[in-house]
Amino acid sequence: MPDIHVRRFAGAIDSPNPFWLASAPPTNCGEQIMRAFDAGWGGAVWKTIGEPVTNVCSRYSATDWNGLRMMGFNNIELISDRSVEENLREMAEVKKRYPYHAVIASLMVASNREAWHEIVARAEDAGADGLELNFGCPHGMSERGMGSAVGQVPEYAEMITGWVKEKARTPVLVKLTPNITDIRSVARAAKRGGADGLSAINTINSITGIDLDTLVPRPDVDGKSSHGGYCGPAVKPIALNMVQQVMADPDSALPLSGIGGIETWRDAAEFMLLGCGTVQVCTAVMHYGYRIVEDLAEGLESWMRTKGFNSIEDFRGLSLNRVTEWKHLNLNYKIVARINEEKCIGCDLCHVACWDGAHQCIHLDRTTGPVNGHVELHSTPVENEARTRASIAVTPVTRKERAQASSPRGPYMTQIERIPRVDETECVGCNLCALVCPVDQCITMVRLETGAPAETWDERTRGTNCTVQPHRS
Amino acid sequence: MSLETLPDDPQLRERFTELKRPLTAQAATIESNRCLYCFDAPCTAACPTHIDVPGFIKRIASGNLRGSALRILDANILGGSCARACPVDVLCEGACVMHKQGRHPIRIGQLQRHAMDFFHASGEELQTAPRNSRHLHVACIGAGPASLACAAELCRRGARATIIERKALPGGLNTYGVAEYKLRATESLKEIDLIRRMGVEFRFGAGIESGEDLRELEAEFDFVFLGIGLGALEQLSIPGEENEGVMNALELIAGYKTGRIRELAGTVVVIGAGNTAIDAANAARRLGAETVYLLYRRGESDIPAFDFEYEHAKVEGVQFLWRRQAVAIRKEEHGVLMLDTVQVREVDRTLQPIPESRQTIACHLVVPAIGQSPITDLMRDCCNVEVRDGRIVTDRVTGKTRNPRYFAGGDCANGGREVVDAVADGKRSALAMLEIAETVYA
Repeated sequence: MPDIHVRRFAGAIDSPNPFWLASAPPTNCGEQIMRAFDAGWGGAVWKTIGEPVTNVCSRYSATDWNGLRMMGFNNIELISDRSVEENLREMAEVKKRYPYHAVIASLMVASNREAWHEIVARAEDAGADGLELNFGCPHGMSERGMGSAVGQVPEYAEMITGWVKEKARTPVLVKLTPNITDIRSVARAAKRGGADGLSAINTINSITGIDLDTLVPRPDVDGKSSHGGYCGPAVKPIALNMVQQVMADPDSALPLSGIGGIETWRDAAEFMLLGCGTVQVCTAVMHYGYRIVEDLAEGLESWMRTKGFNSIEDFRGLSLNRVTEWKHLNLNYKIVARINEEKCIGCDLCHVACWDGAHQCIHLDRTTGPVNGHVELHSTPVENEARTRASIAVTPVTRKERAQASSPRGPYMTQIERIPRVDETECVGCNLCALVCPVDQCITMVRLETGAPAETWDERTRGTNCTVQPHRS
Repeated sequence: MSLETLPDDPQLRERFTELKRPLTAQAATIESNRCLYCFDAPCTAACPTHIDVPGFIKRIASGNLRGSALRILDANILGGSCARACPVDVLCEGACVMHKQGRHPIRIGQLQRHAMDFFHASGEELQTAPRNSRHLHVACIGAGPASLACAAELCRRGARATIIERKALPGGLNTYGVAEYKLRATESLKEIDLIRRMGVEFRFGAGIESGEDLRELEAEFDFVFLGIGLGALEQLSIPGEENEGVMNALELIAGYKTGRIRELAGTVVVIGAGNTAIDAANAARRLGAETVYLLYRRGESDIPAFDFEYEHAKVEGVQFLWRRQAVAIRKEEHGVLMLDTVQVREVDRTLQPIPESRQTIACHLVVPAIGQSPITDLMRDCCNVEVRDGRIVTDRVTGKTRNPRYFAGGDCANGGREVVDAVADGKRSALAMLEIAETVYA
C-alpha cells in the first residue's frame, strides 16, 4: 500500500496524511478538531486566533449552478470570536490526546512586533506544531489593517514574517491572499522574511448574488451586505494557477499547503502534482461533514497504487514542468475532432457550439454528402432547425406506426441525419465540441501528422526585431 | 360572459386521483436542469405541434415560468391539456436522447404542465394582434382541440373566428373523453376560457344538421373549418345490443366526467382493446365495479392500446380475456346481463369461432369500445369535400379540402389520433387561411 504520511513538512511538521482542515468554521474548537481527527483528518489549522471579534448574522452565501448547491461559497465571518485563552487551552488538550496529528495555529494580531511575539509564544506553549500567519482574510479584518491588508503589501508581509521568525521555534507558514495582481510578490516577501512554508490560496473577494425580490446582495445583514471571501469548487482553477505560479518561481517556492476548492482526491492529487506537500479543505466539509476524508485518503492511495507511486514525494510537482509560457508551445501540433457515430446520441450540441462559438466546421450534412470547405457551402444551424419545424410529425397510434417510429434508421442508434460531421480541413482543434459533448469518449481529439517539426513562437521569432511579427516563409 | 363550467366534485376527485402528481417548484428546477438543451431537438421534432421543448425547459430552469408558458402556447394553445393527455412515451419523451445513454428521459410532460399551471393560475391574458386587423372571419365546426387551435391562431393574428358546437360545453374529447385521472374536465374548460378571452366566439347548442345549415355558414363566413371529430362508437352488431345496461365507452366516460354516472357495482365487461377501451375499463374499476373484464378478439401482442396504457390497466385491476368475441347479450332478471362469448382463432387472416368454446359471463354493464365511426356523410354530400375511408381528404400542410372554402383537421381528417395532432392540424389550417386572405387583400 502506498504511504501517504507527511514527514517534516516545512522542516518539522508530521501528519498521518496530507489532508488538513483549513482555518475556518470546521476548526472552530477543540471538540470539533478531535472529531475530525477521529474521522481521519491528518491535520487541522485552528480557526484564526487573535483579539476576539463580534460576528454578524447572516454570514454565508453560495452560488448554485444548474440546480446543484454550493458550486461556490462565500463568507463574511471574521476570525475566532472566542478568547485566546479558551482556544489555546483546548489546543493543548487536543495535542495531548492526538500527539501525532498536525495542529497548526492560525494567527492574526495587530501589526506590532510585541503583539506578534506574544501570540507566537503562547501558541507554541499550547503545543502548536506550526504557525500559519493569516495575511489573507479579505473581509472585515482587512478594514482594521490586518488580514489581506497585510497580504497585499509585500513590505508589511515581509516585516511581520520577520517579527514572527524572531520568536518562533516551530515552522512558520504564510497564508497568501489571491486578491492581488501577482501572488508571487507576497510569496517572495514571505520568503525574504524567513517563512518556512506557504498556504495558498485564501478566499477571493466576492459578491455571490443579489436577491431579485429585495435587491439586497447576499448574505443579507439587516438589509445590507458586504463583500465576502469566495471559495468552494468554483475557485479551484484559480487556486491551481496561483499554486503553479508560486511553485515555478524560485524566489517564491517554499513548502506549500494547497487550498482552494478541494473536494475529492482528484483535486488533491492535482494540487500535489503542482508541488503542494499538503492540502487544506474547508467548503467540502462545511457541505458534507468530516466523513469526506475517507474517500480523499482511499482515492489518493488507489490512484498512487495504479501509477506506482509509493509516497507523496514520488509525484509531488511532476506536472510543474508541463506548464510553460505560451510562447514555448508547439505551433505545429495539429489535432482535429473525431465523432464516434456509435456513441453519438444526436443532441447536436457540438454543431451549434462550433457554428456559434467556434469555427463553423461541424455540419449536419452526412446524408447530403460531405462538402469540405468554407461555411458558405453549408446550411446554418437556423436553416437546419427551420427544416424540422416545417416538417409534419404525427403521433404513431397504431402498432405498426409505433414499431416504425422506434426502429433504428440506419446503422447507428442515432439516425445518420443527426450525427454531425467534422470538416477536418477547417477544424482548428480547439476542443470546444469535445467539451460540450455529453457522452464520454464520443468526440475525441486526434493528432494529425503535419510532417512539420515542432516549432514554438519563441523559436519562430527569435532573432527578429519585432516579436509580434508573423512568420514569413 | 364566462364559459359554463362543471361543479367541482370531491367524490370524483378522490376516485380519480391524478396519475402523475404535479412537480414541486424545486423538483421542476432539478428536472429541467437535467435537460441537455439539444440543438434542433428530437423532442421538438417528434411533437406534432413542434413545441420548443428545450427552450421552455431552460426557461423553467432559470425561473422564467411566464416565458416558459408563452413559449409553449406559441406552438400549442392547448399546452396545458397536452401536457397531461399526450402519450409522451411515443412522442417527445420517447424521442429524448437520454434513452440512448440508458438514462431516464426528461419528464417533459410534467415540466410542461408545471409551466402551464403557473400561467393559468396567474390569470394573465394572451396578447393578440388588434381585433379585426385581418379581414377574415372563419367558422369552426365542433369545439374540440382542432377547432380551438384553429380559432385561437386566427384570433391571435387579428382575424375573427366563431366556434359552432352542438353540445353545451366546449372542448370535445378534451372535456368529455380524456380519462379524469389524466385531465380533469374542469382543467380543460379553464384552458378554453383563455381562448375565449382572446376573442374567439362560441355558439353552443348549434348543430349543423343539413346542407341548408352549411349554406348559411358559407354566406356568413369566409372559410369553414371542419373540426368535427369522429362519430359515435361502432355498433357491436350482435343480438341484445339494445338492452339497457349496454353503454358505449365514450358515453360511460362522458357520463362520469359530467357527474351523471357516480357509481358502478358488480361485473363490467368492456369490449375492445384500444386506448378508449382501457380508459373505460379503468373508470369502471374506479367507479366501484368489483370485476372488470376486457374482452378482445385477438391476442395480447395485437392490442392497439399504447403499452403504458395496457400496463396501467393491469395495475388498476382490469382482467383481460384474449381471443374471445361477444356473440349475444341476454337480459336476465334483476337487471343482470348474460354476455355470450366464444373463443376465436385466426385462420387465413379471419377470425373463426372455436367449436364448443361458448362461455357466458354474467355482468351488470357491457361497454362496447371498438372504434368510432366517421360522421363525414353530410360533408361529402353537401359541401363537396372528398371523403375517403371515412376521412375528409386534406392537404397535410394546409388542411385544404377539395372545396376551397373548406378546411379540415383533427380526427375527421387524420382518422383519429391524439389531441396534439388535432392542435397541429388546426394551427396549420389557420395559417393557410391567413395566407390566402393576405393574398386576396394584397
